[in-house]
Amino acid sequence: MQKIQDNRAWLLVLPVFLSVAFSAIIPLMTVVNYSVQDILGPDNRVFVGTEWFAEVLTDEDLHDALIRQIMFSAIILAIEIPLGIAIARALPAGGWRASASLVVLALPLLIPWNVVGTIWQIFGRGDIGLAGYVVNALGIDYNYTADPISAWFTVVIMDVWHWTPLVALLAYAGLRAIPDAYYQAAQIDGASAWAVFRYIQLPKLRGVLLIALLLRFMDSFMIYTEPFVLTGGGPGNSTTFLSQYLATLAVGQFDLGPAAAFSIIYFLIVLLFCFVFYTALQNVGRQRGIS
Amino acid sequence: MARIDLVDLSHSYVADPRRREDYALSKLNMTWQDGGAYALLGPSGCGKTTLLNIISGLLKPTTGRVLFNGQDVTLLNPQQRNIAQVFQFPVIYDTMTVADNLAFPLRNRGWGAAETRKRVEEIAEILELTGDLKHRASGLSADAKQKISMGRGLVRPDVAAVLFDEPLTTIDQHLKWTLRRKLKQIHAQLKLSLIYVTHDQVEAMTFADQVVVMYGGEVVQMGSPQDLFEQPAHTFVGFFVGSPGMNLMPCTIEGGSAVVADTRIPLDPAAAQVAGRAGGKLTLGIRPEFVELAAPGTPDTVLGAVERVEDLGNYKIVSARLGQQLIMAKIGEDETIASDTVHLRFPPRWTRLYADDRALTGTGG
Repeated sequence: MQKIQDNRAWLLVLPVFLSVAFSAIIPLMTVVNYSVQDILGPDNRVFVGTEWFAEVLTDEDLHDALIRQIMFSAIILAIEIPLGIAIARALPAGGWRASASLVVLALPLLIPWNVVGTIWQIFGRGDIGLAGYVVNALGIDYNYTADPISAWFTVVIMDVWHWTPLVALLAYAGLRAIPDAYYQAAQIDGASAWAVFRYIQLPKLRGVLLIALLLRFMDSFMIYTEPFVLTGGGPGNSTTFLSQYLATLAVGQFDLGPAAAFSIIYFLIVLLFCFVFYTALQNVGRQRGIS
Repeated sequence: MARIDLVDLSHSYVADPRRREDYALSKLNMTWQDGGAYALLGPSGCGKTTLLNIISGLLKPTTGRVLFNGQDVTLLNPQQRNIAQVFQFPVIYDTMTVADNLAFPLRNRGWGAAETRKRVEEIAEILELTGDLKHRASGLSADAKQKISMGRGLVRPDVAAVLFDEPLTTIDQHLKWTLRRKLKQIHAQLKLSLIYVTHDQVEAMTFADQVVVMYGGEVVQMGSPQDLFEQPAHTFVGFFVGSPGMNLMPCTIEGGSAVVADTRIPLDPAAAQVAGRAGGKLTLGIRPEFVELAAPGTPDTVLGAVERVEDLGNYKIVSARLGQQLIMAKIGEDETIASDTVHLRFPPRWTRLYADDRALTGTGG
């Protein structure tokens, strides 16, 4: 049969192009548009070039927010990934116990983000909150509305509580996919529990852990709702992360130009980090060829 | 290395076994001699792997004991039993090199670096993996991976036995022959006790000195390949071993003959006497190799209607009908079947009788 060669294939990809254009490219272009202009009124705009970018990049408050953001993501990743793996390993492998623990484990994931913030806001209060009251009763000075360290503890623990189950569920799925023969072979080979983890489970979990890491990084790097509800970014600016700073800029002060410039930088940072993580973890898998 | 005894062994995967069908393995008593090369042959689901896992300690039997050199090891785990096992699908440690994979069982047992290296090189040499030693194991072909799995099983010189659970299933046909020969060579070289599970009779016969045939959770026969061929102790052995399998015909005994489909087949007088006394369902069995085609008029023959003749290159299979019963005979490449009927002779020397599927003693050979 003779092959027909024409450009009809473009018609088939057209719907995808259109939906991507409307969902991503056009909104993004709007942001780009704002980032290089000073909008003074509906019919009054001035092209300002890279001025907004320069302003945003030299903004001290933004630098601080970026540092806080990186610290926050690093801390919660360092806690949630190992903790999630540990929980997944401790869960029962099958039967009703497994189902029951999975349901209980997944509960925090089902709670809306602003409700999570509210829960911890009340939970952590020294007067009526159980956690806050108990910690204070133990003689530890804890008040998340006044003390930056208390506030950080609360925000981190809230995120760990909210999102470790996701890592645990992913790791659990990865663990269940390892055939029994591996464990049997390890038993025959006399491998210790640590060796089983290091040489069987961890390598086999690499794929799901990469996904968990990327998801958790992106989400934590863009965290907004929970700290906004819990601390409102305070005390002072101590828990103001990038999104919240951006919201203040765009919605609070209506500085659309700088906010748009900052959005683009923000987007590029997230993209860059994800790329670095992805490449690094892919290489861990490949480069150990000759060790 | 050790002699392995299984005493009154049975196993069930059901929590509260009652009926015969609940058992994957039923009352088993047998001995595996030190340094032997055994094959465990049987169809899928007959309990081969269960038996293997009980010997290695991955599974605790429901009842009975496992003895290594007379010592009870039933409750010990595989590590304490010091046993090696190779699985059906290659198990390798992805992040390690081939050399590290092979060294893993030795390092876990505290071997020094120098002796580990020496032993790993020895095993790699035997399995022709020397060139890959420095490569990462996960990048290799399925064949090479299975060789690594086998290497890890063979690397420890002091194991009680090495158990193979259909290790060549995933291997390329051509390489199968090479590896099987290699295993035989390794057996001679390293003097390890080897137990080899398979459902492939050719594999079992070429590898083992002693073949253990399992059927429905029972060991139905243990013997040399020749025994299995000439003296099947159970109709299943007759049917399963050999290609095509034994002709099995329900029969009754009348006088000195067996009656199959209203046709009298003469028997060895002693055999006929034993069979006459035996109860149960009687079956007459003869291998296609031993069924003779006789000239018309020869005494003690039966007349069969030729159904078809298949030429398989170096021999032919004649299928003939005797009443309801189909009988196959293996004949030489040059013999021709001219008519629609053949005169079949069943030499009493090769005719076996079975009562309720088990061979009657003194009915042949």
